[in-house]
Amino acid sequence: MAGMLKVEIWRGTEEGRYETYEVPSQPSQTVLDLVTFVQRKLDPSLAYRFACRVGVCGSCAMTVNDTPRWTCRTHVQKVVERGRVRIAPLRNLPIVKDLATDMVPFFDKGQEAKGRFIPSDAAATSVAEISPEDPKRKEADAAIECIGCAVCYAACDVVSWRPEYLGPAALNRAWTLVSDARDSDRIGHLQAVADDAGCHACHGHQNCVEHCPVGINPTRSISGLKRLVLMAAVRGRL
Amino acid sequence: MKRLELWLYIAQRASALVLAPLVLLHLGVILYAVAGGLSASEILGRTRSTWMWPAAYGLFVVAAAVHAAIGLRVVLREWTSWRDRSLDLATLGIGLVLLLLGLRAVQAIA
Repeated sequence: MAGMLKVEIWRGTEEGRYETYEVPSQPSQTVLDLVTFVQRKLDPSLAYRFACRVGVCGSCAMTVNDTPRWTCRTHVQKVVERGRVRIAPLRNLPIVKDLATDMVPFFDKGQEAKGRFIPSDAAATSVAEISPEDPKRKEADAAIECIGCAVCYAACDVVSWRPEYLGPAALNRAWTLVSDARDSDRIGHLQAVADDAGCHACHGHQNCVEHCPVGINPTRSISGLKRLVLMAAVRGRL
Repeated sequence: MKRLELWLYIAQRASALVLAPLVLLHLGVILYAVAGGLSASEILGRTRSTWMWPAAYGLFVVAAAVHAAIGLRVVLREWTSWRDRSLDLATLGIGLVLLLLGLRAVQAIA
């Protein structure tokens, strides 16, 4: 035991304040551990969200010392500043209560970006053979491990300026589909991201790249979309 | 217009492609004119000696008007709540003003 940590946690909705809690420091403690300690031992009215605790489900993202992070895989030692940790809900999303944000706008944008696989056959008659070495498959594979935590969405300044912007995660998902040889509606995917709120709104700041907990590069995916949309537009296919 | 944003994006990138070498040329001209101590009449004598100077600067003016107007529109949309048709018209106005001022200057050296 290395003493106590001062944990400041946002309480309320859009209107609210930081409350400070004292939490005993433990070795290998995560930020999610701090929040769970507060909720179980100090204030059961604290609202927050988590599920897997091992960085798979994407539920527990919060703003930790002003940086969006997955809290279950963030060690306190990495982020603590002079014995203090400040935890807030994710930016760019409505707050339900305390640390729980309303993820509906984020997931809706996944649909607006047509982030779903469009099969070519109603009933599969054969299995598409795709080599893992195929360059297009490699493009898709590089972007496919998104856990939908919305850390990139919270980190993105363009989302904060243009609330209708689809955001890094939704566009990254669209990129995996246009890079998927089995998907049958490439132009449909491009049309969905060619709108005002689509890929061309991205400034390439790379905040999403900087903060993505699983190391995806959404800016690269969005650049790929920009290129394909531009070519499709010039050829009159949009 | 269908896909207005996309075409504006393309126009801005295309104008940037044109601007990049012309900005370098323009900087080079400034350095040359200043370092050599050329007088205004000497500069005019050179720009009027060939159609290429007015043509290059004419292209520069067109590209700058397109590029600046679209860029300003993006900034205004992101930093203010001005989003409607009036912004598009204002953008067009800014572009035309830049174009007219620039072409007047080109006319003066032609």
